[in-house]
Amino acid sequence: MSPSALRPAPLPAGPAPDAAQPAALRARLASHIQRRGALAVLVLMVAIASATSDTFPTWSNISSILGNNAFVWLLALGMTFVILTGGIDLSVGSLYALGGVLGAYGAHTGGTWLAIVLPLAVGAVWGSVQGLLVSRAGMAPFIVTLAGLLGARGLLQALTDEGATTYLVPPGSAFRHLGAGTWTPVLIVVALFALGALLLTRTRFGATVTALGGNENAATLMGLPVARTKVLVYVLSATLAATAGALGSARLGSGVTTIGVGYELTAIASVVIGGTLLTGGSGSIGGTASGVLVLAVIHNLIDHYFSQYGSAFTDTVNGAFLAVVVLAQTLLSRTRQTD
Amino acid sequence: MVQQDPAPRSDWIVEVAGVDKSFAGVHALRGVDFRLRPGEVHALIGENGAGKSTLIKVMTGVYRPDAGRIRFAGEDRAFRNPLEAQAAGISTIYQEVNLVPLMSVARNLCLGREPRRFGLVDVRAMNRLAAEALKRYGVDVDVTRPLGSLGLGAQQMVALARAVQIDARVVVMDEPTSSLEPREVETLFSVIRDLKRQGIAVVYVSHRLDELYAICDRVTVMRDGAVVHTGEMAGLERLRLISLMLGREMSTVRAKGATAFGGEHERREGVPALRATGLTVRHRVHGVDVDIHRGEVVGLGGLLGAGRSETAKAITGALATDGGAVEVEGTELARRSPAAAIKAGVVMLAEDRKTEGILPNLSVRENISLALLPRLARAGVVSQAKQDEVVRFFMERLRIKASGPDQKVSDLSGGNQQKVLLARWLCLDPKVLLLDEPTRGIDVGAKAEVQALIDELAEQGLGVLLISSDLEELIEGSDRIVVLKDGRAVGHLEGDDVSEQAVLDTLATADPADGAEPTGDDAQASEDAGSAVRAEAAVPTEATEATEPTEPTEAVGDEHPQDRSRSAGHAVTKEEPR
Repeated sequence: MSPSALRPAPLPAGPAPDAAQPAALRARLASHIQRRGALAVLVLMVAIASATSDTFPTWSNISSILGNNAFVWLLALGMTFVILTGGIDLSVGSLYALGGVLGAYGAHTGGTWLAIVLPLAVGAVWGSVQGLLVSRAGMAPFIVTLAGLLGARGLLQALTDEGATTYLVPPGSAFRHLGAGTWTPVLIVVALFALGALLLTRTRFGATVTALGGNENAATLMGLPVARTKVLVYVLSATLAATAGALGSARLGSGVTTIGVGYELTAIASVVIGGTLLTGGSGSIGGTASGVLVLAVIHNLIDHYFSQYGSAFTDTVNGAFLAVVVLAQTLLSRTRQTD
Repeated sequence: MVQQDPAPRSDWIVEVAGVDKSFAGVHALRGVDFRLRPGEVHALIGENGAGKSTLIKVMTGVYRPDAGRIRFAGEDRAFRNPLEAQAAGISTIYQEVNLVPLMSVARNLCLGREPRRFGLVDVRAMNRLAAEALKRYGVDVDVTRPLGSLGLGAQQMVALARAVQIDARVVVMDEPTSSLEPREVETLFSVIRDLKRQGIAVVYVSHRLDELYAICDRVTVMRDGAVVHTGEMAGLERLRLISLMLGREMSTVRAKGATAFGGEHERREGVPALRATGLTVRHRVHGVDVDIHRGEVVGLGGLLGAGRSETAKAITGALATDGGAVEVEGTELARRSPAAAIKAGVVMLAEDRKTEGILPNLSVRENISLALLPRLARAGVVSQAKQDEVVRFFMERLRIKASGPDQKVSDLSGGNQQKVLLARWLCLDPKVLLLDEPTRGIDVGAKAEVQALIDELAEQGLGVLLISSDLEELIEGSDRIVVLKDGRAVGHLEGDDVSEQAVLDTLATADPADGAEPTGDDAQASEDAGSAVRAEAAVPTEATEATEPTEPTEAVGDEHPQDRSRSAGHAVTKEEPR
């Protein structure tokens, strides 16, 4: 409270009379670990795997980790925004599959442009309906998007005559280039994550998303566009999911109808591992990026070391790891409160 | 009664005329007129439920009036939402800090109007702006820290800075000082004076009469949804103000004192209803002894952090103790837990009714009968008729104002919620009632009713332990007072010694360090993991206890913004122990 001369912000915690230094320091450390924990785990895992395995650090292995998974990570990108507002989007797995079929259908009937525009448009419409139901009708996000999950899956079945018809992306189509190789998918996804990070941290929309999850009542009273923002995060999430599906179909060469089951849960897990609070209000795109990579590396390692036990083992380890991470987060946030 | 205002019409910045507003058939506002001049500080007072908050919300676009009109700067305006009101220049600081605790201070200050460069938020400019703005209000903190890591006072200052930053012409402050330290109140006042000089009108809502007289120019008194008085603040007698708010005759107020407590109770000799000896909680309570006889009210006095709530919680077993015994009517409690205490007839009304007591979504009936259900049940089945009988009896007896036993408890006023909680414990037919700040955060009228109830209960033979930061309440309510300081009992006041002066003298002169050091107190490790964490953080020096915002002693209540309304009387708790 000293009338010191004007200094440029930020001031180091300074002579703040309202918090004892050690407690504040510990709280900051805890919040730091919570935010960067996934990154630390990722680095640690990669280091150990590289040291102990000959095959892990090879280019073919790394490119398979990245190239085969990259598009699915977009679900986690959209999910991050939804969870930050305190919501949840269960429909993304189904929309991923729907987007794939629509992309293949578009490429099959109308060429590359239709293959891109059709899934985008359907995703956006689907998301806005879900968003409107959540924000205007005041329905619970869980229920709305669960209905979305079932509905999108049903629409998919109808489009493909219950899986009997498979739309193929024509072999010569330019659309295929979008999903080919390792670099194109990775670059697309990295670019979208970077845009997402910019959107979250450097725009008013992003600030509103975080504020909304932190204290919706306050956000309303501050005059922030709460309803609009809620609709937009569901639009964003659904659009990203459908786009990811379309890009996936470009990679696979066809719209696979059985794909995407349970992807929404993997996306939620990645977001949570990445340090975003499931209750909303705190989190980052960088964290989610670390989260998806952590899960991908775990998958890869388990496939590598424990493949003889079958894929059931993968899910069990996955689940256990998620539980550990969430537990650690809970403990950390408790430290923050009591300190 | 309504004074004629000499200013011509066009001089009003806000004019509310004949506004009606009702919720589900209940009139919250009836024909309310309220006018505000530029550059004046206008007190808006009334009991809880008088309609102040509703009036504010109508003015700021949160609610829309059913009838009447609102003129702003001479034009008819009907704000559809808070954003429109803000854009027009009305900004509001709500009673409960309405900011986002997880976001940074700077973010909170700038939400919705961040400085931008090339379409993106300019984080650096935002942080600089925020730091500069806050420094003007005497808050010198790292603006990149999450808001929640600041003390409540500092948070309130951030809310204030936010409100003033938009080019406000009217600033509405709803109980802005309820979480501020005296020093911060001074800062607030200087900010208000500054606003005044700039011609900004301030609507100031507060229960603290001292503050109103210190800063306000004019006053509007509301009662039951209507305006009962408007006029200059100066020259309005304090007693008259109170009687206007309460709707009682001044003579009654004068004769009966400020609280509703009667005289002393007859002390019943014999085995005390409750005897606690050598209560010890690591770092917080050091060997406190308390006796409570049937029919008496024993006060626990002391400053913030003296260990009053902890003592009460240690008695019930809600706080794990490291030593000490509790006897109820001569029988020592073997097991120490709230359930065991309740079984033995010792119940406690917790300090923070919102987080530790009320189940907001349940009905009055359910809230009252909750703890009683095991006793009403026969073979696991609860008799509805018996439950109704009990609930109706207590609703009548405690004069709980509700539309019926099925009304949701969250719809009731604070005072009535407190009565519901009291009923919950009373229907267990307890021997000893521990009351932790029973009248905090409830309006003047309900306060008096609760006080009268406490009196009545003691007369009927209940032993009562009363914890209150309101010194007046403590003195008038208690037959005896045990004064705590730094977790030790430093004084026992009885009879004529029960006076404000005696309590203050005891606090000023007693040095708890002189007392015998309880054995093994600090050596004993707490088994409770939670208290171990807290004990680590609890630096047992006086200075930190008074300033540390997250100090988990009595300041715990301050972590819950909804429970910040300190007693309107003496700000005992605000003084730093020396």
